[in-house]
Amino acid sequence: MSFHPEMDYAPARFHRSERKLAEAGEAFAYSAENQARFNENVQRYPSDQRQSAILYALYLVQKQQGYITGTSMRFVATQIGCTAAEVEDVVSYYTMFYTKPVGKYVLNVCRTLSCALMGAERVTEELCAKLGVHPGQTTSDGEFTVIEVECLGACDRAPVVMVNDDWHERLAPEQAGAFVDDIKERGRAAFTGCHLHVEKK
Amino acid sequence: MAFEPVLTNHVREPNSFTLDFYQKNARGYEGLRKALTLKPNDIIEQVKASGLRGRGGAGFPTGLKWQFVLKDTPKPKYIACNADESEPGTFKDHVLMERNPHLLIEGCAIGCYAIGAKVAYIYIRGEFYHVQETLERAIDEAYRAGFLGKNILGSGFDCDVYMHRGAGAYEAGEETALIESLEGKRAQPRIKPPFPAVAGLYQCPTAVNNVETLCNVPPIVLNGPEWFSALGPEKNGGPKLYCISGHVKRPGVYEASMHTTLRELIYGDQYAQGMLNGRKFKAIIPGGSSVPILLDKDLDTPASFDHIQKAGSLLGSAGLIVMDESVCMVWLAMNLLHFYRHESCGKCTPCREGGDWLYKLLQRVERGEGRTKDIDLLYGVASNIVGKTLCAFGDAAATPVLTTLNLFRHEFEAHVKEGRCTLPAEWRAKQPLTAGAH
Repeated sequence: MSFHPEMDYAPARFHRSERKLAEAGEAFAYSAENQARFNENVQRYPSDQRQSAILYALYLVQKQQGYITGTSMRFVATQIGCTAAEVEDVVSYYTMFYTKPVGKYVLNVCRTLSCALMGAERVTEELCAKLGVHPGQTTSDGEFTVIEVECLGACDRAPVVMVNDDWHERLAPEQAGAFVDDIKERGRAAFTGCHLHVEKK
Repeated sequence: MAFEPVLTNHVREPNSFTLDFYQKNARGYEGLRKALTLKPNDIIEQVKASGLRGRGGAGFPTGLKWQFVLKDTPKPKYIACNADESEPGTFKDHVLMERNPHLLIEGCAIGCYAIGAKVAYIYIRGEFYHVQETLERAIDEAYRAGFLGKNILGSGFDCDVYMHRGAGAYEAGEETALIESLEGKRAQPRIKPPFPAVAGLYQCPTAVNNVETLCNVPPIVLNGPEWFSALGPEKNGGPKLYCISGHVKRPGVYEASMHTTLRELIYGDQYAQGMLNGRKFKAIIPGGSSVPILLDKDLDTPASFDHIQKAGSLLGSAGLIVMDESVCMVWLAMNLLHFYRHESCGKCTPCREGGDWLYKLLQRVERGEGRTKDIDLLYGVASNIVGKTLCAFGDAAATPVLTTLNLFRHEFEAHVKEGRCTLPAEWRAKQPLTAGAH
């Protein structure tokens, strides 16, 4: 319902307040390696402030199973020593946590001003046309997800696309289709990487 | 006298991020060595005398911020370094962290010594994963060389620096929201006062400083406050990093003194080298997306905190977004309101709901479905957000609407009158965007 005299409240569309609880998913526990990582990370914070490690703990879950389920949230809660609600509170707030399966390659196209001025809207269009999806969707083979994201902080190399944790800079709309083919062929090698970082590879 | 870069003079050289390079070429950790021979309070006095102003956006004097950190308390104190850099148009800290990470680590250590903290957390945005790798490697190097850890350089001073990775939230760049996020909660701002200097991280005294701010501290300690303040106009001393993006030939990060005018930054040979594709300049956002727009007539303003403010805008984070004549100002406001609507943390109603209304109104006008009274409604909704939220986000969200309405009201009217976008540039989406996906 709307409290505004002029405008409706988009009743037909999904609204944040109607967000469903995360699906339970399968039983979850860290691999030995991730458990060790978590135990190391939590030492960075005072011993009575374990909750500070919650973002790191969730990244580990996501790394291990690709997305975050209700069961894994409960697992994180026991690790941290907080309630599952507190974990879900965090998961539902931050955009980099996925509560549904995503593709092997998540194409995060920056859509904010500097990138948009250099054609980011067209990049999204071309990528979606090539993959046959809408923004936010995953291809049926589970390979690619296209997501529009807000400013990635690489405005001088616009338009920029973040693929999982890697960057690809200056992706012109005309190259978008070829870029997808290139990823299929060469995987991570297809990304330019951050121009400041490349030297170190 | 030509300006000699201070923070970025070596960033384009190979291996500039290694400890070895930093010590050989940039007097690495000499600032820390010198600082440890001084009294903590003397360092604060030096930073105050230098006039160093926070580089994150607000331009608050750093020395004062450190002075306000509560001294007589049994609680531990903290430095929280704000490396969330998510203001659209800003990418300066990225260069510093990626190519000159030891300067930041040295700045953190000196800052900790000055305010009596033993731990600094560098809160880095989740999207900067590759930057985090660089910083963590640099932190390891610093520990091994004895510049971090216990009893640094035999002074008895202990200092730890840790990375903390965010997970995609613009609001985490606000200092109290950053603290909340560090505590493992949603990044939502707190009511101030108490300010972080009194009750910040874990309710302990905390100084929240931007990356570039902390990077300026070692040179101040080494070269003295007079040297620093002489680099720029009065009260705007020191080197400044400018991020230039948008329709220019050579976008990038440029270090300059704050005497440099906006026109020099856009057209200067050593800076952005003029407009792209020979098109005409239309407007510039001089300080990241949340500040008012300036026009061609304002371009001879020196890009300092005070001069830009006098010209009717803010230097903010020094993210200069340059736009040419192909940019429709209704589209611009819509693009930015999509950002603010998505990034609003949802704590204060005016910002959460108002941002959504503004975006929908702008979308309606941009699509040519707007009515004349929508323009006044935009103005009304935006004005009712300003000053009515806990943090500056609300003002930031209303600004793109108010500034475009003030300067380009005729474009809004033309959209309504003609029932279509009057400036559909070829670089924009072919189909109207399916908004509201988030």
